[in-house]
Amino acid sequence: MADMIKKATRESYGEALAELGAKYENLYVLDADLAAATKTGVFKKAFPDRHIDCGIAEANMMGIAAGMAATGKIPFASSFAMFAAGRAFEIVRNSIGYPHLNVKIGATHAGISVGEDGASHQCNEDIALMRTIPGMTIINPADDVEARAAVEAAILHDGPCYLRFGRLATPVFNDKETYKFELGKGVQLANGDDVTIVATGLLVYEAIEAAKTLKEEGISARVINIHTIKPLDDEIIIKAAKETGVIVTAEEHSVIGGLGSAVCDVVSANCPCKVVKIGVNDVFGHSGPAVELLKEFGLCAENIVKTVKEALNK
Amino acid sequence: MDELLKKQLKITACKVRMGIIEGVYNAKCGHPGGSLSIADVLTYLYFAKMNVYPDNPKFAERDRLVLSKGHTAPGLYSVLAHRGFFDVEELKTLRRIGSRLQGHPVLNKVPGVDMSTGSLGQGISAACGMALSAKLTNDTYKVYAILGDGEIQEGQVWEAAMFAAHNKLDNLVAIVDNNGLQIDGKVSDVCSPYPITDKFEAFGWHVITMDAHDFDAIEAAFNEAETVVGQPVAIIQTSTKGKGVSFMEGQASWHGAAPNAEQYAVAMNELKAQLAELEG
Repeated sequence: MADMIKKATRESYGEALAELGAKYENLYVLDADLAAATKTGVFKKAFPDRHIDCGIAEANMMGIAAGMAATGKIPFASSFAMFAAGRAFEIVRNSIGYPHLNVKIGATHAGISVGEDGASHQCNEDIALMRTIPGMTIINPADDVEARAAVEAAILHDGPCYLRFGRLATPVFNDKETYKFELGKGVQLANGDDVTIVATGLLVYEAIEAAKTLKEEGISARVINIHTIKPLDDEIIIKAAKETGVIVTAEEHSVIGGLGSAVCDVVSANCPCKVVKIGVNDVFGHSGPAVELLKEFGLCAENIVKTVKEALNK
Repeated sequence: MDELLKKQLKITACKVRMGIIEGVYNAKCGHPGGSLSIADVLTYLYFAKMNVYPDNPKFAERDRLVLSKGHTAPGLYSVLAHRGFFDVEELKTLRRIGSRLQGHPVLNKVPGVDMSTGSLGQGISAACGMALSAKLTNDTYKVYAILGDGEIQEGQVWEAAMFAAHNKLDNLVAIVDNNGLQIDGKVSDVCSPYPITDKFEAFGWHVITMDAHDFDAIEAAFNEAETVVGQPVAIIQTSTKGKGVSFMEGQASWHGAAPNAEQYAVAMNELKAQLAELEG
């Protein structure tokens, strides 16, 4: 798969906005002096009058978005995950979540794969924060094809959405011709009955690769892609728990409060089984090339294989 | 101002104040001080200025008001009720379980409330978003935001102030209720926001000062605001916290406290006397 095309989902975000701008005249894009990095600059080029740069003021940007949504617009408020979910959390909670306004938050540069900028910019907490807001939809797409589809799904969904995108170019494994995005539905990418790997974001491709390696070693691993972390597809998780008995979750996020925690919530109440979480283990990251950091923090196929074997005592 | 209109507004403002006391007394908690200090400007806006439609509260072309100092919800609820958005009797359900009248305003729950507020410093951003929204699609409605003088200690207010001037939001009027008091005491002692006028001017706003309890001054200020082009307008109103109820006037302790039965009776009698005098 070395020749597989790679693309960062932040690129997909900017391009999707620019493509959808013509179709949805009510779509507006806000940014906080990061248009070149979040890729909303692509939209700005196509629709300069519908792109508003709020300057380096993320808290105000979220309030602006709330006011625009309250008057019928569909604003995409864009920044790095650290500032969109972190700095502006209380504004997202009180000015967007509480009144359930139709604001879309485009959060790029999520997770440790921000790389060289280091821990101050590596947001491993955003999913946990956003999960606590009632009525917030959280989408963490796995590749370019899914990310583009997620942007349109967010437009069509009436209510606040948090979309999580990455800085690092990652393999485009979904087929754009046949791919269909269903909000709130998990996607089974490989069948298996020994163990289920539940992954999200850039860990989905790693999970697929891990399952191939495991197969060669005689372990049958089911792979589930959870692009919508909230509302979670409980059904697909419970089915996996019942049928495979062991679940390994994989995400580029803290092991506290993210996909792994969400899966544990569902499993413990409905079909208790062993769940092992792969994620950032309650530590801050540090500077370095993204790919090396992902390996160092165990966010890779090799560590999924190792963790699955340990979980199965093999 | 037309004398008849002025008299009507004074009468209505007095009734709005009675509604504030009624709500806070029945809730046994809430924020009377800052509600009373904005009672006159709220009355002017909802009865003499804003295009609002009590029978069709969500009408798209209506003017909007964001109560950025959301803790003074009793004032907003009372003026909305008296304007006909809901029954005045409902004011007695303030802060109760099952009531629409939450401790702080909630969008989509109370007819006439244009934004959920309560966490200080946020409403002004939403108001800027609404004003920008109107500009983007050439809508003609106006947006009003009411802030506290303590509230402007929040940094987000100045992010919004910079944004509003940069985007030339001349369809936005922010009213700063300068009653001089916040929970912990005088704003000048806690963490001084002064000089307020200079700050807004420095941020690129057209600034007007007015006496918050003089309807001639209020009308003049909003008339001036209407003439401003290319700039957002800040009206800094000098007000008395607790205005209209003698023992609450100028007392920080009445920021967030409810009167007991005896105090309630005194307050209502004072307001009834004011009303009788006005109607007499």
